[in-house]
Amino acid sequence: MSNSEKSGPTKYLNPYIGGVLLGIVLLAANFVSGRGLGASGAIKSALVTAETVITPATSEKSGFIKEFREEHPGNPMKTWLVFEMTGVIVGGFLSGALAGRLKFKVEHSPKITSRKRLILALTGGVLFGFGSQLGRGCTSGAALSGMAVLSLGGFITMMAIFGTAFALAYFFRKNWI
Amino acid sequence: MGPLSVNELISENTNLFLAFIIGIGFGFVLEQSGFSSSRKLAGVFYGYDTVVLKVFFAAAITAMLGLLFFSLFGWIDLSLVYINPTYLTSAIVGGIIMGAGFIIGGYCPGTSFCGASIGKLDALVFIGGLFIGVLIFDLGYNIWDGMYMAKFLGSPKISQTLGLSDGVFAFLLIIIALTMFWVAEWAEKKFPREEY
Repeated sequence: MSNSEKSGPTKYLNPYIGGVLLGIVLLAANFVSGRGLGASGAIKSALVTAETVITPATSEKSGFIKEFREEHPGNPMKTWLVFEMTGVIVGGFLSGALAGRLKFKVEHSPKITSRKRLILALTGGVLFGFGSQLGRGCTSGAALSGMAVLSLGGFITMMAIFGTAFALAYFFRKNWI
Repeated sequence: MGPLSVNELISENTNLFLAFIIGIGFGFVLEQSGFSSSRKLAGVFYGYDTVVLKVFFAAAITAMLGLLFFSLFGWIDLSLVYINPTYLTSAIVGGIIMGAGFIIGGYCPGTSFCGASIGKLDALVFIGGLFIGVLIFDLGYNIWDGMYMAKFLGSPKISQTLGLSDGVFAFLLIIIALTMFWVAEWAEKKFPREEY
């Protein structure tokens, strides 16, 4: 018997259950590798690889790349976070496929155009990418993983991220509501 | 026993393979919780959808408690677990820039990969932005490396800074999280909500 009410995408998971499951994933990361989850570190790996290949001369001089290489000797793509983020893409895709949510689209408030949404997404991405390097990690690596190990810096970064987003929310409300 | 790779109980390749498996779990849970949708993520800042707050804090206290219990049972040596170092200036300034990126772009790095994996084109463009942002940081590194390295405090735990034991701090954080969950439930009733 088919359930005619459930023709649309499957509903999302209860957020408290989702949170506990995410916490168990984070616990597993610490138990296996001694470090938490992350995301922006994988982007750094990819960029270091690209720069080393495209402009080997300038990449030799970069203090940023030097610092990365000291922490990660060997192939920059053979790092924990690169493998983890590859898994994130697979896991997200599997979940979307099971829930019937696979679809190419630009998601935006009806009050703005797709074009405006994409410009804002690009701008936000640039800021987040820059901030994640300055802050030594993003919402996953610095805030969430830092909080789990009670890192003072993790709590400070978490409060700065959410505090700023709340403080600026009023000015960007038309993009979302 | 743990951490397995630091104690060399598993090989480096096994560690990377497990990173891939853990990543699948990470991506799966994010997507199942609705973190592939920017409008759902941004909802927390307007009170109409507080899924971010609930998932984020439930995850933080679960992992924190898990680590404390694992340590108590002798399953993990917490002195071998990486504690993010604290560079006060860059933690604050970096966080402020990320917060602006969050409300403007609607994603954070992890959730943008999750959104892109189910076909969100705005998430894909956000990822393009991330690469540009990291590149700008690299190219101008000499300009901001003073700020990047400023006010280094070592790797203190927040419990140490506040003069509390880890257990007492954990207990207080759980009380704070439960209070926020209660406020979140109230906000969702007050502000109109729809599913994205």
